[in-house]
Amino acid sequence: MNTLTRENRDGDRAQGEQFIAPPASVIEAGDGYTLEVEMPGVNKDGLDISIENNQLTITGRRSFPVVEGTLIHRESRPENFRRTFELDPSIDADKINAKIDQGLVRLTLPKAEHVKPRKITVS
Amino acid sequence: MALIRYQAPELAPWEAADRWSNLRDDLNSFFELPFWSSFGRGGQLFTGWSPALDLYQNNDNVVAVIELPGMRKEEIEISLHDGMLTISGERKRESSSNGDNAERTERYIGAFRRSIALPTRVDANKVSATYRDGILTVTLPKAEEVKPKQIQVS
Repeated sequence: MNTLTRENRDGDRAQGEQFIAPPASVIEAGDGYTLEVEMPGVNKDGLDISIENNQLTITGRRSFPVVEGTLIHRESRPENFRRTFELDPSIDADKINAKIDQGLVRLTLPKAEHVKPRKITVS
Repeated sequence: MALIRYQAPELAPWEAADRWSNLRDDLNSFFELPFWSSFGRGGQLFTGWSPALDLYQNNDNVVAVIELPGMRKEEIEISLHDGMLTISGERKRESSSNGDNAERTERYIGAFRRSIALPTRVDANKVSATYRDGILTVTLPKAEEVKPKQIQVS
């Protein structure tokens, strides 16, 4: 319970593509974790989630709104998003569920049955 | 008396220049909101959620593009006053979290406000906005008299 998920913050330089790590939140409940990752400008087509060896990698490729005109002021960054998390072994990887809504990716990671807290009745 | 920051039409692409308007907005909102609501910003006065804002213009419109992931469009407020566009809103905690759950968050939860001075006059009645994939796009048509016009030489 003390270890939630550790994450790998190294920027990925694979194939020369630059990524930035988006901010994320983790909430732990008795039966699983909820992971929220902010990726503005990413929709379902640009989202790629994969798991390998207990490492969960979320990649989001932005689809930029096409605006005709000259840019006067810029604060957004053009890079795509990627972040890797190391999963607690108690998570059941087959039951991970992901949704994306308005640029916010929400993943539910249920814990495997045998580690869920349970009551023991006294006979 | 309202204090309006003079904005030159050609704004240099220097991100730090906008921190002064953030500072003023932060001070304004700090006094307006109840004291405990700054908890969501980690108690820091001058940082907090400042969504990234890009500004474009073409012959007909000024377009503002703001990154606002994870909100509902009802929670976003857009207002126009004295040549300043203000986007504000509040992001509430979506999931039900009881006290028993362990939680670690890097996302900002709470109220935000961004203001930017527009380079030209716009027609306030014709402003439209769309919110898709967490990006808010506000299109502000320029007032007729400031649009570039061709003049024929007879």
